[in-house]
Amino acid sequence: MNLETNYLGLTLRNPVVASAGPLSQTVAGIRELGDGGVGAVVVYSLFEEQLRREAERLTRLETQFEDMFGEATSFFPEVPNEGAHPAHRYLRLIEDAARVSEVPVIASLNGVSVGSWIDTARQLQDAGAAAIELNIYFVPGDLRTTSAQVEQRHVEIVSAVKQSVSVPVAVKLSPYFSSPGHMCVELDRAGADGLVLFNRFLQPDIDIDRLEMVSGVTLSSPNEARLPRTWIAILRGHVRASLAATTGVETPEDVIKYILAGADVVMTTSALVRHGAGYALDLVVGLEDWLTSRGLTLEQARGMLAIPEAASADAFERAGYVDALQKAKSTYGSLV
Amino acid sequence: MTRAIIDGNEAAADVAYRLSELCSIYPITPSSTMAELADEWAAHGRRNIFGTVPTVIEMQSEGGAAGAMHGALQAGALSTTFTASQGLLLMIPNMFRIAGELTSSVFHVAARSLATQGLSIFGDHQDVMAVRQTGVCLLSSSSVQEAHDMAAISHRATLDARVPFVHFFDGFRTSHELNTLTKLTDEELRAFVPESLVLEHRSRALSPAHPFIRGTAQNPDTYFQSRETANPYYAAVPGIVERAMREFEGLTGRRYGLVEYHGHEQADRVVVIMGSGVETVRATVDHLVAAGERVGVVFVRLYRPLPVEALLAAIPATTSRVAVLDRTKESGAAGEPLYLDVSSALGEAVMSGRRDTLPLVIGGRYGLSSKEFTPAMAKAVFDELAKESPKARFTVGIHDDVTHLSLDYDPGFDLADPETLSAVFYGLGSDGTVGANKNTIKILGSRDGTYAQGYFVYDSKKSGSRTVSHLRFGPNPIRAPYLVGQAGFIGCHHWSILERVDVLEFARPGATLLLNSPYGDQTWSRLPEPVQRRIIELGLSVYAIDAGAVARAAGLGSRTNTILQTCFFAISGVLPREEAIEAIKHAITKTYARKSAEVVRKNHLAVDQAVQNLVQVTPGEASSHGLLPPVPEGAPEFVRTVTAEMLAGRGDSLPVSALPADGSYPSGTTKYEKRNISDIVAVWDPEACIQCGNCAFVCPHAVIRAKTYPTSAAEGTPDGFLSAPLNAVGLPDTSYTLQVYAEDCTGCGLCVEACPVRPIGQPHRRAINLEPKLDREPEKRAVEYFESIPYNARERVDFGTVRGTQFLEPLFEFSGACAGCGETPYLKLLTQLFGDRLMVANATGCSSIYGGNLPTTPWSKNAKGRGPAWSNSLFEDNAEFGLGMRLAADVHRDLARARLSELREAIADDELVDGLLENEQRASSDLVAQHERVERLLDRLTQLDGPAVADLLSVADHLVRRSVWIVGGDGWAYDIGAGGVDHVLASGRNVNILVLDTEVYSNTGGQASKSTPLGAVAKFTSGGKLTNKKDLALQATAYGSVYVARVAMGADPQQTLKAFREAESFDGPSLIIAYSHCIAHGYDLRDGLDQQYKAVNSGHWPLMRYNPVIRERGGNPFLLDSPRPRLTLEEYHAHELRFKALKAANPQEAERLLALGQAQVDRRWQEYEELATKGAERFAMDARERS
Repeated sequence: MNLETNYLGLTLRNPVVASAGPLSQTVAGIRELGDGGVGAVVVYSLFEEQLRREAERLTRLETQFEDMFGEATSFFPEVPNEGAHPAHRYLRLIEDAARVSEVPVIASLNGVSVGSWIDTARQLQDAGAAAIELNIYFVPGDLRTTSAQVEQRHVEIVSAVKQSVSVPVAVKLSPYFSSPGHMCVELDRAGADGLVLFNRFLQPDIDIDRLEMVSGVTLSSPNEARLPRTWIAILRGHVRASLAATTGVETPEDVIKYILAGADVVMTTSALVRHGAGYALDLVVGLEDWLTSRGLTLEQARGMLAIPEAASADAFERAGYVDALQKAKSTYGSLV
Repeated sequence: MTRAIIDGNEAAADVAYRLSELCSIYPITPSSTMAELADEWAAHGRRNIFGTVPTVIEMQSEGGAAGAMHGALQAGALSTTFTASQGLLLMIPNMFRIAGELTSSVFHVAARSLATQGLSIFGDHQDVMAVRQTGVCLLSSSSVQEAHDMAAISHRATLDARVPFVHFFDGFRTSHELNTLTKLTDEELRAFVPESLVLEHRSRALSPAHPFIRGTAQNPDTYFQSRETANPYYAAVPGIVERAMREFEGLTGRRYGLVEYHGHEQADRVVVIMGSGVETVRATVDHLVAAGERVGVVFVRLYRPLPVEALLAAIPATTSRVAVLDRTKESGAAGEPLYLDVSSALGEAVMSGRRDTLPLVIGGRYGLSSKEFTPAMAKAVFDELAKESPKARFTVGIHDDVTHLSLDYDPGFDLADPETLSAVFYGLGSDGTVGANKNTIKILGSRDGTYAQGYFVYDSKKSGSRTVSHLRFGPNPIRAPYLVGQAGFIGCHHWSILERVDVLEFARPGATLLLNSPYGDQTWSRLPEPVQRRIIELGLSVYAIDAGAVARAAGLGSRTNTILQTCFFAISGVLPREEAIEAIKHAITKTYARKSAEVVRKNHLAVDQAVQNLVQVTPGEASSHGLLPPVPEGAPEFVRTVTAEMLAGRGDSLPVSALPADGSYPSGTTKYEKRNISDIVAVWDPEACIQCGNCAFVCPHAVIRAKTYPTSAAEGTPDGFLSAPLNAVGLPDTSYTLQVYAEDCTGCGLCVEACPVRPIGQPHRRAINLEPKLDREPEKRAVEYFESIPYNARERVDFGTVRGTQFLEPLFEFSGACAGCGETPYLKLLTQLFGDRLMVANATGCSSIYGGNLPTTPWSKNAKGRGPAWSNSLFEDNAEFGLGMRLAADVHRDLARARLSELREAIADDELVDGLLENEQRASSDLVAQHERVERLLDRLTQLDGPAVADLLSVADHLVRRSVWIVGGDGWAYDIGAGGVDHVLASGRNVNILVLDTEVYSNTGGQASKSTPLGAVAKFTSGGKLTNKKDLALQATAYGSVYVARVAMGADPQQTLKAFREAESFDGPSLIIAYSHCIAHGYDLRDGLDQQYKAVNSGHWPLMRYNPVIRERGGNPFLLDSPRPRLTLEEYHAHELRFKALKAANPQEAERLLALGQAQVDRRWQEYEELATKGAERFAMDARERS
């Protein structure tokens, strides 16, 4: 069966994509993902700003106690540097991976400010990235920041990067906008070639023994797919950009649901971390089997359950909400 | 020809490294840098001139380094080492061997004082003079250039002569002076050290291919003759060195002689000297000759074997008077060594008719422990020679009012080159002033036609330390190995300095003064009146900048160095302003570009803003305040007259009579300093506080103390004295005060981190917080009042809880350790628990420096005048030293008990005698009672007479059980002192060993020890440590008779407390290994406690105790006190530069070592768990019979 998929203008052999995650930290890992059956690999995110901040912190620590007293004018030796700066290592990874990978290699850049995105994006393009995924991970903790400013910043970053590179640019964003749909449309207008829905905020937990916030990562679960799926269903047909679904993909069923909602590609890290890179093939075969059993082509299935272009998404959602509440009422008793 | 600006250490190491195949090393100030550089070069793959990368190996001691060197030499490798002081002494046995076997090798020595009445890290020739007898050749350098050149000459000559060489130069004065030099290229070195010599050296090596034995035992029949076989080799050395010097001259144009003369051709007065003082005397001679005096200087380069002919030839025939200056002291000798050598050479020459007349030869000492040796002093020596009857023996540079040996000199005499610009900068250790000045020297000194010199003076503290940088620049080579006397530029980089120290001491009339002032247009009026007066008198131009504000605006925090450096360039006129700014920016880029673009950007920004914010200050109205006194008026006399002078930077002026003859100094003197080094200090919130005592427990500086007292006493207290009702049942009408000694607080923040309270509605605050405090008067008054409240009675304090310990008086206070030090809280606890009967043997290292470096000591005493008796012997012998204290205590305890029994009738108080003899002295109430009984006994004895009474009086205090603690760092316990520690643990004697484990040699700058964990970057293991940390605790448990504990106060203070008390009460050897966070780990020490928590909870530092008493009772003595690891090793590593540095530089290797480290942690945890669950029979028995 032909599962060929167009994503960001790239032709992928199937719609299952490895999202930015721990498996793509080495050339071997990226190759393994390709061999495992995915249609493309998004390489783990380059946290360039963090790298810069970290380099600054380390330099400060190294020099902080220099020349403080006569017996010890320094405390750290110059460490023999086997590799280059972490950002350079990332570029080398993209370069090497692009050369050996059978599937397109998409670089992922994580940050919050316009800063040096442009230079870095260009370097990623030059290193051979088939596309660039901008992972705009921005928590507006400053309570003076308005929603309009947040949206404006997203748009600015995308426009700036788009103007500086010729490879396609996808944007991975969070669902936390007053009007996520409108935000997506704006990003689409700003030139985004793809929208990746959604970023998971790795929210901190609280340790009640030590009375402090602790950060931590949990793999996503299928339930979390409902939110991106809803928005993909709404956006389908309303934006020029490709739609990529991410979060909550565990089984072929989850892939199928996303495709039905209108996703061009379905991304997963959690399932591949849990089951290994080869699990991608299980997802693809599962999708294929289901399509065959239903007598559908991928193109026919894609967006089959998207909200029709003419329908009012608002009404559609409202109806779904009311339905859901009714159902909950019958299951758990009155909620509201 | 390559021009460079480096210090003497680098100058010597650069050559030594390139001419060696093996460097066996060990850190010791001031030579450590040579070893560090060699190690770093090898790690980076730098090759020697033979095309190989030398092997650099850190040993466990200098003795070990010399042993490894000896072995490597016997096996044919070109070997060298770098050392100083006690380190060189530890090499002596091998030096005899290496010399006896005619083995080519070089020891590079940054010559340093020896530990006598006190240790000193500074420079003189005592160490090299102590190896004269070993048979090594001694070659001396007197400048940075010479340290480079003589290194080459010594390596060449030793191969030629087959006799080992010590190449030495003055510690600090030369080893740490930055100066312009011309570097030898690899080609020059290759041409200078012919390969044939290397091949010959190799051919003499031991080899199974042509076996022989060397190192035999010899007998009366041939040993003597065999000793004489070496004579021709020694006789040949002067000729060989001379030839090498001529060849060297041919290659480089730089001319040296074995002994050289400089001065008037027909001099009547001559000074003989070696080392950096040569340069000072030479300059003085030039001045005096120009003034018409017939004087000269003879400088000795080759000192052993003494080139007698060259020496005689160098002294002009016209000379009638010779002064020989020795930078050493040999008590009891007829004279110092160089003096005796010169005298005997001249005497023999006259006796044998080779010289007609015997000049009058006098001998003097100068410059011990880097004491300044200036042209004024050199002139004083020539003046003395001109007297009718000069002193036969003298000293110069001090005021000796006891034996009256010192020469007077005119401190105003100066030989400043008018073309040389001199500048002096006052900074704090943490502000980067010294680093910026090093940079300035490099900027200026690397320009064609400009020469530069820099020398840096540090005070004795590790936190808030004051630095004084002495810089010279000019068109002529700078040969002035002494501090700047008349500076054209003074920079005072911290306002607090000018409030306490005369920063204009070195100012020349018309000089420029740059102030870092936070006071804007108030700057003038804020200056102390004497400073204002001097500014006007000297006609100084004054500029000011609020560098702190500029630094903060540029995102540089408290690093003001770049800003002030820019200001220096902007107003000193050493370079055109634009050019200077360009050069500074270039230097910044060069230093940081590889590391962090952000750091470069921020510093560039700071440079631009510096100039814009610089303002000129014009004199205004006189202010009414003077300089702050160094100590309060009420301080004891010794503190006021001696300590205060040292604190004010006037210690050089103290006469001999002011100082104790045997190195004994009064306890408890840090409390008079009131250093006020932090702008932010801890502030107690009585309402939120739950009175748990955690903050007081962890405070490294003992600035947080608690007392309870009747509430009625809290009335009429001064403003600022805070109080709360005591939070304890059964004690109504009692108040509690947690007093912060604000003037002594370093603002480290550990207390804040230790506080478990979040006041309601203020999640980011605690019950103790850091707050800015500019006016400290209320705190001063509060502390005064607090001190008037008696400490809680010891018998009423619960020693067993952290909460209880806050009420115990700390007798270790306000040390100069780093702010937030991880070691000092343990020492403070030690004194709180056992201070009034504590003897401390302290290994050399950080703890001996913050514990015993003059002017003051944190080891204190209580209201009764009792407190810890502290001493430092050496680095390597501390366990044995402490054991000796125990043995003496036991001997005198037994004597006291015996005499007491004998005198029972005379004393006529059986209850008292029985009480004294039978009290087990375990509980605090027992000890309080025993103290009281001893006092009663002493009272009674004063009424009695007789020899037994006098005997008992002298040892009666031993009836109170003495607590002997042997304290030191991991460099001592794991490495250099390991043999002693092991032996003392095996001795069965009642001593307590406390290892303050920072996992590196902290005091000398973070070199790896055997405690350094796998994967950590440290000096000497810059690619990440490849071996596991030694499990000292587990090793000690093998004896079965040793109480062992591994503790980490930040993770479990209660376990720490328990371990200290159990160790002390255990009647046998105890070992406590205490996790001590350290600046050498590379993070803000405020997070120290959190890192301790992570170390424990990741399994890196499992808390355990091993108690033989439990074994005796049939239980499992191995107690695992920490929970099963719940963090990964990576989570512990993530915060520390020592691990992150490797991750940044070599991620694959970091990952590999992390995985191995994790596996090791897992494995050890399993092993510990297993041990903790076994039966008593699984463990070794304690066979000692104990009371």
